[in-house]
Amino acid sequence: MSIQVRIPTILRSHTGGAKVVEGSGDTLDALLSDLDNRHAGLRARLVTADGNLHRFVNVYVNDEDVRFLGALDAKVSDGDTVTILPAVAGGAFGFAAVAALRRPVAG
Amino acid sequence: MLRIDRSFIDAIVAHARRDHPDEACGVVAGAAGSDTPLRHIPMDNAARSMTFYEFDSMQQLRVWRDMEDRGEEPVVIYHSHTATEAYPSRTDISFAGEPDAHYLLVSTRRPDTEEIRSFRIVDGVVTEEPVEITAVVDPHAVQSYMFGQSPTEVDYECSGR
Repeated sequence: MSIQVRIPTILRSHTGGAKVVEGSGDTLDALLSDLDNRHAGLRARLVTADGNLHRFVNVYVNDEDVRFLGALDAKVSDGDTVTILPAVAGGAFGFAAVAALRRPVAG
Repeated sequence: MLRIDRSFIDAIVAHARRDHPDEACGVVAGAAGSDTPLRHIPMDNAARSMTFYEFDSMQQLRVWRDMEDRGEEPVVIYHSHTATEAYPSRTDISFAGEPDAHYLLVSTRRPDTEEIRSFRIVDGVVTEEPVEITAVVDPHAVQSYMFGQSPTEVDYECSGR
């Protein structure tokens, strides 16, 4: 048993084109570190330098947005499916103002 | 180039006008690899803002899974700018995460002018492309899937207005 991770088009350069990869770990943080061992650079596309989940992606454990589950501290276990989607957002406003408007990312 | 049926442009512009002065956003899905928009999915702007739009993350998960089950992909991702030109902002470029999608922008700054432009946004590089709007061949070929939207106003010919 392991955790299935669904990879969006924009990140498949890190997985050799694979749509689904498998990994293990007790938390999302541990899972992403495990994945990075085989899919170099993937973690850095999802986690910022200061250790938070990037605002450009949405990550779900099964049917829940991990922002509501403790972000990188979200618990995962064998048999779970983790889905990564690019956040669809934008608008006429400047980026700094947008960052201030967005809900804070927990964790 | 984006080839898109007139009925989708009409539906997208109507959505943008309806939500003005807030920004409106949505997707037109089509069969994966076909580059043909076939199913209009208006999305809620979770930010409900005049200068920012954001898909609700849970709604997006449902819509993206639904597309996957149908063998579809987001052929067009659209949003409106309500006071400025239909050109991607730095924010739009930062977020653009679907390299295969046509990013369609609508400006509603002028009530009587239809202002639509389409772009590819790949690795932070914006490339404008021509939009070919095709005539409505079969009005029933176009399915519009309303998702969490307030009901559209239907003006039947017999309403007497």
